[in-house]
Amino acid sequence: MGRRVLITGLDTFWGGRMAQALEADPNVEMILGLGTDEPKVPLERTEFVRADQTYSILNRIVRATQVDTIVHTFLKTNSVGISSRVLHEINVIGTLNLLAAAGAPGTSVRQVVVKSSTHIYGASEKDPAWFREETGRNAPVRTRLERSLIEVEALVRDFIMDNPRLVVSVLRFAHVLGTDILTPISADLRRRLLPCIAGFDPLVQFVEEDDVVRSLEHVTRHRIPGTFNVAGAGKLPWSEVASIAGAFLFPLPPINPRSFASPFRLLGLIQFPVEMETLLRFGRGVDTSRLIETGFAYRYSSAGAVESLARANNLRRAVGDDEPAYRYEQDVEQFFQHSPAVVREIDG
Amino acid sequence: MYRHWFRVEWEGLDKIPMTGGALLVSNHAGAIPSDAPAIMHGIEEELGRPVYGMADYFFRKVPVVGTLWSRAGGVAAHPDNAYRLLHDQGQLSLVFPEGTKGPSKTYADRYRLRRFGRGGFVEIAMRSGVPVIPIAVVGAEESMPILFRINGLAKALKLPYFPVTANDLAFGPLLGKVAYFPAKIKIHVLDPVTFDVDPGLERYSKSRVMDEAERIRAMLQDTLHDMLRERRSVWFG
Repeated sequence: MGRRVLITGLDTFWGGRMAQALEADPNVEMILGLGTDEPKVPLERTEFVRADQTYSILNRIVRATQVDTIVHTFLKTNSVGISSRVLHEINVIGTLNLLAAAGAPGTSVRQVVVKSSTHIYGASEKDPAWFREETGRNAPVRTRLERSLIEVEALVRDFIMDNPRLVVSVLRFAHVLGTDILTPISADLRRRLLPCIAGFDPLVQFVEEDDVVRSLEHVTRHRIPGTFNVAGAGKLPWSEVASIAGAFLFPLPPINPRSFASPFRLLGLIQFPVEMETLLRFGRGVDTSRLIETGFAYRYSSAGAVESLARANNLRRAVGDDEPAYRYEQDVEQFFQHSPAVVREIDG
Repeated sequence: MYRHWFRVEWEGLDKIPMTGGALLVSNHAGAIPSDAPAIMHGIEEELGRPVYGMADYFFRKVPVVGTLWSRAGGVAAHPDNAYRLLHDQGQLSLVFPEGTKGPSKTYADRYRLRRFGRGGFVEIAMRSGVPVIPIAVVGAEESMPILFRINGLAKALKLPYFPVTANDLAFGPLLGKVAYFPAKIKIHVLDPVTFDVDPGLERYSKSRVMDEAERIRAMLQDTLHDMLRERRSVWFG
């Protein structure tokens, strides 16, 4: 019997692309996606269920569909345009409900994949140049986002203790850049104005969006347990990020940069989420050898991820923002997936 | 600077290996120490090998300084960083075990080595399985000698120490922070110290570590005294 996979956050970049990747895998029998909004990418055979942010109905869905794998990608890893309450609801309460459903008595679930972020390490002057998965953080926890990520991973640890038979994979992603994904950094690079803190040129690490999807697929397909850092090889100076992407650096004063930046943030000229402040001083690097040892090969380095974004931006400047090529229409999707009138080639 | 201002002179440069990791250990002096760049630039110039200087992580908090330091090949002194450089990458790495106690000492205490921390550098070298190469530097003390320290101001500015140097008096408080006296710098490389222990262990006997650290400190101190005995002039060597 093939695998039955449930993906959260189908309406986000992460969930949508992951569902597309799994659709190409003949070993995956059924894909079910949860999302608060309609999916933004065309999907062949993924079933879409609209759910609220905290997945209170998840328990019923898991029982009814007998999924064996849950890929939890609906976690916020930046705090732009989101209140701390919603952030807490999505990250902590959402994960709590998801793990409760996965660990219910007599569960069909055998693997849980959770997305996390290297923000969990924080950034401080006392950091090692490269964080290993077991290295603890030095920076005090100041932001809501970091606190919620730490809480999520604590929930996952408890879950592993309570359910030792289950395969649990946690992927900590560095800053994602690429053709499609929109993050605070990529938004700034698109506007060609990159905030920095005067006198600092931190070394930062990126991961390309294709590598993100491939790594999620890799741990899901091979059922690899453990916590892994996911980031492209090497670190590069912030000033070089700006020059590769053709953006101008926008220096903020070293003392209280946030209040100086706030009028520019309100005008929408820059995005400067609170978790970026220490990063722009001290940078961050993670050791990715553990994931590579499991047989994963990166296609892009950190600099390659920035170049990939720069190429996408060049195209965008030349031809403008392309219209979304796809719009989800429930009736059409329902017709293609379930109507007896559609001739289906693949049959088991 | 290196060639014409400090006219750096090396002795025993052949004791530094051309390949493989080694932990260079040196004495530290001068309000804003000139010995670190002298050693790092020197080995790079003479041997063509990069040297990674380990500095107090305090510097990373200071705008501009931290960036320049890391561009020059400086690394924050974190045990993980040292192990990675020495063991995984087989690089040369330079530490000053006196820490900030070295450069903060006043001119009256010149060439008197401070306590060698907690012997962390010996432990790292043991774990990485690399030799420790002590390096004695003479001249950096006189390039920016500290007359006295203002402790209250250091506390207010959150600095490890706030020195008032002879350079401040000679060149004024601003220029005096960057202008060195042209003292002749002599660098003497000592024989490598190897440890007869298994590399890769999590812990090493504390008494062994402290003994080795003290032995290296004594070696450096003796060499410094020898070099000072031979020195006829601060400026011409």
